[in-house]
Amino acid sequence: MPVTIKLSELPIGASAVVREFPKSGSAFQRLREMGLTAGTSLKLIRTAPFGDPLEIKFRGYNLTLRKSEAEHVLVEPTDQPKASPPA
Amino acid sequence: MSLPPHISAKPAFSTSRLPTYALVGNPNCGKSTLFNALTGLKQKVGNYPGVTVEKKIGTTFSQHGQPITIIDLPGAYSLAARSPDEAVTRDVLLGRRGDTPQPDRILCIVDATNLERNLYLVHQILDLGRPVIVVLNMMDLVAEAGLEIRASRLEQALGVPVIPCEAVAGRGLVELRVAMSRHDLPLSRHAWDVPGPIAPAVADLQASLTLNDGKSPLSARAEALLLLTDLDSLRVAGSTPLSPRTNEILRTWQTRWEGQGTDWSAALVNSRYDAIGRIAADVVVHVGETGPTVSDKIDAVVTHPIWGWLVLGVVMTLLLVSIFTLAEGPMNWIDDRAALLAELVKSAMSAGDLRNLLTDGAVAGVGGVVKFLPQILILFFFIGLLESTGYMARAAFIMDRLMSRVGLNGKSFIPLLSSYACAIPGIMATRTIEDPKDRLVTILVAPLMSCSARLPVYLLMIAALMPGESVSLGAKVGLMLLMYALGTFGAFGFAWLFKRTLLKGTPPLMIMELPPYRLPKVRDVLLQMFERAWIFLRRAGTVILGISIILWFLSAYPKASGHVTPADQLAQSFAGRAGHLLEPVIKPLGFDWQIGIGLISSFAAREVFVSTMGVVFNAESDKENTAPLRTAMLAAKWPDGRALFTPLVCLTLMIFYVFAMQCMSTIAVVKRETNGWKWPIFQTLYMTGTAWILSFIVFQAGRALGF
Repeated sequence: MPVTIKLSELPIGASAVVREFPKSGSAFQRLREMGLTAGTSLKLIRTAPFGDPLEIKFRGYNLTLRKSEAEHVLVEPTDQPKASPPA
Repeated sequence: MSLPPHISAKPAFSTSRLPTYALVGNPNCGKSTLFNALTGLKQKVGNYPGVTVEKKIGTTFSQHGQPITIIDLPGAYSLAARSPDEAVTRDVLLGRRGDTPQPDRILCIVDATNLERNLYLVHQILDLGRPVIVVLNMMDLVAEAGLEIRASRLEQALGVPVIPCEAVAGRGLVELRVAMSRHDLPLSRHAWDVPGPIAPAVADLQASLTLNDGKSPLSARAEALLLLTDLDSLRVAGSTPLSPRTNEILRTWQTRWEGQGTDWSAALVNSRYDAIGRIAADVVVHVGETGPTVSDKIDAVVTHPIWGWLVLGVVMTLLLVSIFTLAEGPMNWIDDRAALLAELVKSAMSAGDLRNLLTDGAVAGVGGVVKFLPQILILFFFIGLLESTGYMARAAFIMDRLMSRVGLNGKSFIPLLSSYACAIPGIMATRTIEDPKDRLVTILVAPLMSCSARLPVYLLMIAALMPGESVSLGAKVGLMLLMYALGTFGAFGFAWLFKRTLLKGTPPLMIMELPPYRLPKVRDVLLQMFERAWIFLRRAGTVILGISIILWFLSAYPKASGHVTPADQLAQSFAGRAGHLLEPVIKPLGFDWQIGIGLISSFAAREVFVSTMGVVFNAESDKENTAPLRTAMLAAKWPDGRALFTPLVCLTLMIFYVFAMQCMSTIAVVKRETNGWKWPIFQTLYMTGTAWILSFIVFQAGRALGF
């Protein structure tokens, strides 16, 4: 049973794999269509100066999302320093 | 691999006519650059009727010199549209828009350095069953990103021509033209597995869409897939509601899946990404780890908790300062030219009403607005620069938290900031805000930011308020800053209010790509600047000319008999009478009918107040020296001998100018950007109403306190 945490709780610079994702909600549908699907490796690059929004990198590009959305995305932290995107 | 049933037939187009192409791609993949490179200046820019989305159609030439039409569709991440822009792209591609013929072929541009996400849209487009050419753009940046792209493998996998390209440098365009000139473009052979539980539903819906909704078999499958990707079928259907039968089929399937716990939308998206992942694994070779890229290094500073603000502050200060300094020369030049033109007309025509109409109405009125064009152009240029370099997204990123306090997102920041110079470019820049409600709120509050046309009014009023030479500069600057602060707080306050009441919506998202920094292509930025300026002139031009003539008429008629001073003529004109009519309304604010004339004339542009006051009080003054006007104003009295321009009245008048909507150009632009008169009228009423109420409070409270 993998240990999952909320994406919003991932420390800056850490990598993780997306495990669970809300089914509905237009934000999550868009995130999914932009490639943030279950199984995708991502890295939390930074947060904006006030801690929100977050900047993540996955599938070779950078995306921002607010903490309020990141709270609903469950990820499994990975130890590898740099996870390559899933093929 | 068998062909999906919908693409078994070859689409027929006559050989006499070359096919029309649609150009589609994700935002930030170099689409505009490619469009400009292909079409040069042969472009027509307009608006899709009914929505405020830019419509761009251009002409390029085949290798044999025959013209080929290209429709540049708005950037989109998916055909399951989320914004008005994406909805237009989807509707044109599906042949749903009556105003745009369905394109015969599709040119899909992708960013080679970001292939997986870019291929998602391509993947959806291949389902449309039209011939597709994939343009693999930004090949020059592939090596820098530590990648190698095997274009021929991609061509094999997709079964459509793939053209590597560097749109910025013009490389690959010849090959692209050759491909576009082909009569026999192959249809995609790419087949992907619609997930098992969903496949029968796609077939059902496809059949029903063909039978009951009159969709062509070609687009019915794509429509069916979209209906199952987006959970909101109303949004997918857009302006063409589904037939009851199709709706029923959709509901039946969804109920069944819900019972089984099948997440159909996710299953579809995931299987597309699975297919894309397999293609990418074959096409993209990771040559090596490259370490932090240039963009990463820039971002470490630009989005830094301390340096980020500093950079933002410097960029924004530079922007505003350069607008004011760079625009000054051209503005004076236009002023002088307008005066010269008026003189020319005067010398060419005999005295009369027609001559006055031309010189005082048309030339003066339009000149007064065109004068702001240099500012508007410079702002457009800077906004274009910020957009094309990628800094705009960073500014939105670091401002998002603050903007979220009033219910907006970071993307409203640049439009609002631009409005300190002029609300027109600010309002036109709101097109980057996807959510229609957020965009409308930003448009509604943007004119509250104190624009440069208010500056002459503030300066005159401060000079009248603190006439002594002994008054410290600090007090004057402080008062000026107070006005800017009032406008800014007003804008945010109303944004907060509107987001909670009138335009309540879901909290805005901040799902935004941070594209790699890129050197701007000056040609593209300039082209966009001229396009926007032209749209402004064309759309606002007639309104401005009309109102200028009305304002002139109001001040010139009816004619006073005999030889009278301009002040007397104005006093007994319609404008003067309107001032008298207005007096009961503005008297509680401490304004008399003469100030009323100034308020009416401000509709041309707020700064016209100053010159109107010059006429009303018979004071010769120019913009360098308002001292005579100031003296005349301070000498002005009410009929009962009280001074008119008391310090309290000056302050009240400034507050009125902070909040009142008095700019016909802005009204014209808001009408265009909101597609009708409803919102500009609402905006004029709420702003001017607020101005009246606040002025009333300040004046009456001030009087009660003995000022």
